[in-house]
Amino acid sequence: MNRRLVAPTPGPETHAHGGRGGAFLRSAGVRFAAIYAALLSLSAIALAVSLWWATVGLLDRKTEQEILTDSQALALRWDEAGLAGLVAAVDERLARDIEDDKIYLLADPSNRRISGNLSRWPAEVIGQKMWYDLPIARAGARLLSRVAQFDLPGGFHLLVGRDIVVHTRLLSLLTGALPWALGVVLVMAGLGALLVRDLFRRMLANVSATAAAIAGGDFTQRVRLSGKGDEFDQLAETINEMLDRIVRLMEGVRQVSNAIAHDLRTPIARARSRLEDASLHAESPAELHAAIDRATADLDGIAKVFQALLRIAEIEAGARRSAFAGFDLAPLLSDLAELYEAVAEERESRLDTDVPEHLPAYGDAAMIQQAVANLLDNAVKFSPTGGIVRLVATVQPNAIEISVIDHGPGIPSDDHARVTERFFRGEAARSTPGAGLGLALVQAVAQLHGGTLRLSDAAPGLCAVLSLPLPDAQPHG
Amino acid sequence: MRILVVEDDKDVAGFVVRGLREAGHVVEHASNGRDGLFMAVSESYDAVILDRMLPGGVDGLSILETLRAQKHTVPVLFLSALADVDERVRGLKAGGDDYLTKPFAFAELLARVEALARRGKGDAPVVKLIVEDLELDLLSRQVKRAGQKIDLQPREFRLLEYLIRHAGQVVTRTMLLEGVWDYHFDPQTNVIDVHISRLRQKIDKPFPVPLIHTVRNAGYMLRAEPV
Repeated sequence: MNRRLVAPTPGPETHAHGGRGGAFLRSAGVRFAAIYAALLSLSAIALAVSLWWATVGLLDRKTEQEILTDSQALALRWDEAGLAGLVAAVDERLARDIEDDKIYLLADPSNRRISGNLSRWPAEVIGQKMWYDLPIARAGARLLSRVAQFDLPGGFHLLVGRDIVVHTRLLSLLTGALPWALGVVLVMAGLGALLVRDLFRRMLANVSATAAAIAGGDFTQRVRLSGKGDEFDQLAETINEMLDRIVRLMEGVRQVSNAIAHDLRTPIARARSRLEDASLHAESPAELHAAIDRATADLDGIAKVFQALLRIAEIEAGARRSAFAGFDLAPLLSDLAELYEAVAEERESRLDTDVPEHLPAYGDAAMIQQAVANLLDNAVKFSPTGGIVRLVATVQPNAIEISVIDHGPGIPSDDHARVTERFFRGEAARSTPGAGLGLALVQAVAQLHGGTLRLSDAAPGLCAVLSLPLPDAQPHG
Repeated sequence: MRILVVEDDKDVAGFVVRGLREAGHVVEHASNGRDGLFMAVSESYDAVILDRMLPGGVDGLSILETLRAQKHTVPVLFLSALADVDERVRGLKAGGDDYLTKPFAFAELLARVEALARRGKGDAPVVKLIVEDLELDLLSRQVKRAGQKIDLQPREFRLLEYLIRHAGQVVTRTMLLEGVWDYHFDPQTNVIDVHISRLRQKIDKPFPVPLIHTVRNAGYMLRAEPV
């Protein structure tokens, strides 16, 4: 046992799986962390893009809109008042331009300046319906402007623009902040990833520590619940239920193997000593035969106990659930009653039966038969001379109840819970034949069918009630 | 009768073969599945006793399936340590006529094999079963002994019918429990003995010659001569 607790030394296995890096990448925690980091980065990028669209992009679009509106207004002036009117309008606008961010240039067909605040037509501007970003030197500073060309009738050209140096500043502010933001995002992603991985590990560490402890032989360990009722708690609960069931099964196995070791030792010893005694001391063939026959009978008894144990195990394993079908319990009970009536009569007691005409049930008929037979067997066996054993079947709102009542010595109520354990034999049963497996089988059959076996005091005697779910309550198909 | 025993366990096989020979049967033995299949197919037997788990790559179930696929109707009794209800059902579904689990009492095996072998021989539908002065009318379900009508409960009638059908053979308590009650479990009390004794009260007691005999360590037998 202790060997398993020793940490495994890294063997060739590690290499076979691609070494440490491979193991690192295969870690689910690392994968979740990477996914987290990638998602965080993606959302940061999405945020930056929308921020740009909402600030610089908006300003750009607004400027362009302004330029278009302005140029349309100027074109209207040309239509109304011709060249002179347009020149006046341009001059007027420039005069009113306190912020000094507007650019106008009116040029004749050969691109010579007529009016405006540019000294000459910029060489880059060569056509309509396009936006140009021009560096324009004014008042000693090189500034950036967005301009567009509008053609007027008669080959005149109008250039309207706006200073966009503010946009550029904003843009550079944003781009300047971007590396920082990127850095912050990366740090956050990294930290977050570590956090996610850690969280993941902590959640699993709980489960895996429990599993390791159990693998090491400590079956008392359970997965801790955080009490939040989240998915991890649900998982933990499921695992704990599974562990409880395993422990119950193991306990059953332990109990049974102990019982076998103790309870079968006696008959085996008896058979053995009979044989040895006969071999050493038998004085006639007849004596020898008799001893061998008795030993054989002892061995048959042991084989019967094994058969009963195996049958209970078979029932408990639940494999027989595939043989479940609907059937009428009434004739089955009447047949059993008829079988045991004769036995009761021989013992000068009586078996009274009260079973409805039809009793539709669902389950394994052969097993229920055996369970009821065991109950009747017990009842008849323990019933005093002249006593009455009753077999009663009733349909309750949610169950079929088969009661077997005797007026024998009964079972002390302290023992009621224990009589269904294998090999348990009450004080009163010590002197009667049997191995103490009858009620264990009934209990197993009841459980397999989703029913119960209830024992109570019949004052005097025992009332055993095998309760089976109604057929409608059973899943069909 | 000619009986084939396919069984790999030397001790069990030796015991069974010796016992069957003592009972007056001609017995052949195969210790693995391949030989067993070969012998079962090539020779003619009155009954085959077949172990389920056999060496030689051919297990008892496949031997039986091969036999039945070739329309071989020889009665087959499984003798197996596989005692689960499901295993039993599998054996019978595959075409087995009877299923006995190990450990077993030889008397039980002998009674069952003899019942099987005899059953194989022309089981023409009869309406009347007669042993000595005992008459069983299967149609009117009436029983008469020495011309005197005897009233039997339905179950007693079936118990008697089973005994008469196996007249002159040993029938064990388990055979009765299975054949008459169709129960496949082992009741702890002596239920069968009680029912036999009730039947004796009606069939044997009022008459000078008892017909139902107890066979020690085995079961019962119905016949005129004492056992």
